[in-house]
Amino acid sequence: MRLSHKTSRWVYAWLLLLPASVLMVTFTHYPIVGGIFSSFFSTPRQGRPSRFVGLDNYAYMANDPVFWQVLKNNFVYAFGTIPVSVCLALLMAVWVNGKLPGRAVVRTAYFTPTILPMIAVANIWLFFYTPQIGILDNICGLFGIHSHSWLGDPSTALGCLMVLAIWKDAGFFMIFFLAALQGISPELEEAALIEGAGRWYFFRRVTLPLLMPTTLFVLVNSTINSFKLVDHIFILTKGGPDNASSLLLYYIYEVAFGFWDTAYASTLTVVLLLILGALAVTQFKYIEKRVHYQ
Amino acid sequence: MMIRESDWGHYLEVAAAWLLAFIWAAPLLYATWAAFHPMDFVSRFDLLSPLTLDNFQSAWNVAPFARYFLNTFMLVCMTLTGQIVLCTLAAYAFARFEFPGKETAFILVLVQIMIMPDVLIVQNYLTTSKLGLVDTILGIGLPYIGSAFGIFLLRQAFKQVPRELEDAARVEGAGWFSILLKVYVPLARPTYLAYGLVSVSYHWNNFLWPVIITNSTHTRPLTVGLSIFGAPESGVNFSVISAGTLLAVSPLLLAFLLFQRQFVQSFMRSGIK
Repeated sequence: MRLSHKTSRWVYAWLLLLPASVLMVTFTHYPIVGGIFSSFFSTPRQGRPSRFVGLDNYAYMANDPVFWQVLKNNFVYAFGTIPVSVCLALLMAVWVNGKLPGRAVVRTAYFTPTILPMIAVANIWLFFYTPQIGILDNICGLFGIHSHSWLGDPSTALGCLMVLAIWKDAGFFMIFFLAALQGISPELEEAALIEGAGRWYFFRRVTLPLLMPTTLFVLVNSTINSFKLVDHIFILTKGGPDNASSLLLYYIYEVAFGFWDTAYASTLTVVLLLILGALAVTQFKYIEKRVHYQ
Repeated sequence: MMIRESDWGHYLEVAAAWLLAFIWAAPLLYATWAAFHPMDFVSRFDLLSPLTLDNFQSAWNVAPFARYFLNTFMLVCMTLTGQIVLCTLAAYAFARFEFPGKETAFILVLVQIMIMPDVLIVQNYLTTSKLGLVDTILGIGLPYIGSAFGIFLLRQAFKQVPRELEDAARVEGAGWFSILLKVYVPLARPTYLAYGLVSVSYHWNNFLWPVIITNSTHTRPLTVGLSIFGAPESGVNFSVISAGTLLAVSPLLLAFLLFQRQFVQSFMRSGIK
């Protein structure tokens, strides 16, 4: 009797899990495994079915200059945007947490870019970067700088994407710092002030260390985002000129849906998965900690 | 945080905070300016420039925005409904049942928090095409319905429900399903709200997967519609593009401005977009 009750609980539990698991396995676990698997096969073409090619796709990748270019771009993009947006986010949080006149308006201004679709804001930013009539050229004109094709120049195209990403993300990261700051008890600061500590000293020696878990969380998340979000490329540059502003996921998209080389696209996806996996391990440790807090 | 308020440094900081806020708001303010003025006045900030609604009219005529709105609305509703039902069931199993394989199953769920379907576009396209769901709204939403993130959040919420409440309900003869509906779901309402807001804004804004899986007006959501509309090939001027862009973001933007606190708290709770 007791055992059958237990068994029926098992069955119930698995039935409850079943619908969600089927979808998760189909669209997450199967494609991860299937992607790795198909990276060892050739792309099926008309009249030529897929066949085992061993590491050929990887050898091709190692010799593909575009792959190295987009990988480099992606790291430049990540290391260029993340420190700036995280520092700005911290600054915003400190300001909004303080006694700032018009605090609510300022907070709204900082956070609004976060909820807008990347595609929509990219449409607006596209116009800023347009030569001659765009705002950027107009501002530069005031300082006597000549008109420049910001998105058409390989040396500035990626930078244009990075500025947009910083603008879009800083407000999102701000709310995490804000939550953490609100968790720091005000008595701590009062006590420090009585002891004669300056504001900057207190920030550096007390606030900043207390914000470390949040900072780590934000850093990992923003790194994941920089490998995951490529929407703005579709509007601003399409990866050009000459792949100067392409990122890994955008290149995967091009290979898969432009050239229909699904095997090579899977091979590139494996690299992306390895990067995300490494970040996941870092984040997993954090999530464990957060569960603990709750 | 602000201590010596008379300090000139304080004023400098206030000025910097406002300057940054202005820079952050500028693109949207500028798009609003452009949308309500004729194209000739786009880079002339004369407060007396004539106001017009023509840009909205042309945007609405150039692209089938009504259809895009309908598609996005259907997509968001379908996805959220599916997510809430499936995640509630799965989260309940994780929170309150003991069964063999629970640990492994939960780790597999966590895998999806790290590696979302967004990056698995190649294989997911092949799967969706085998299922015959290419160019359907269901095809856009389906990969996201089994949401690890939803399961994770709801499991946390369910675990905080006191066991005594469940026991009391059971004494009164309630089965597990009515316990779930009458005890757990109502108590997890803030979590549902948070998850709902994050999910709606995510799918309202999502672009990469929809652009891959749709190829007709009947399925394209707003973001994909906007990308076609805003492309230089469409030959539409910036005022009209701004008007179209504002149209597309206005429902979400309006909701955000009205329920700002809930939005910020939801994004904060969720942590992961």
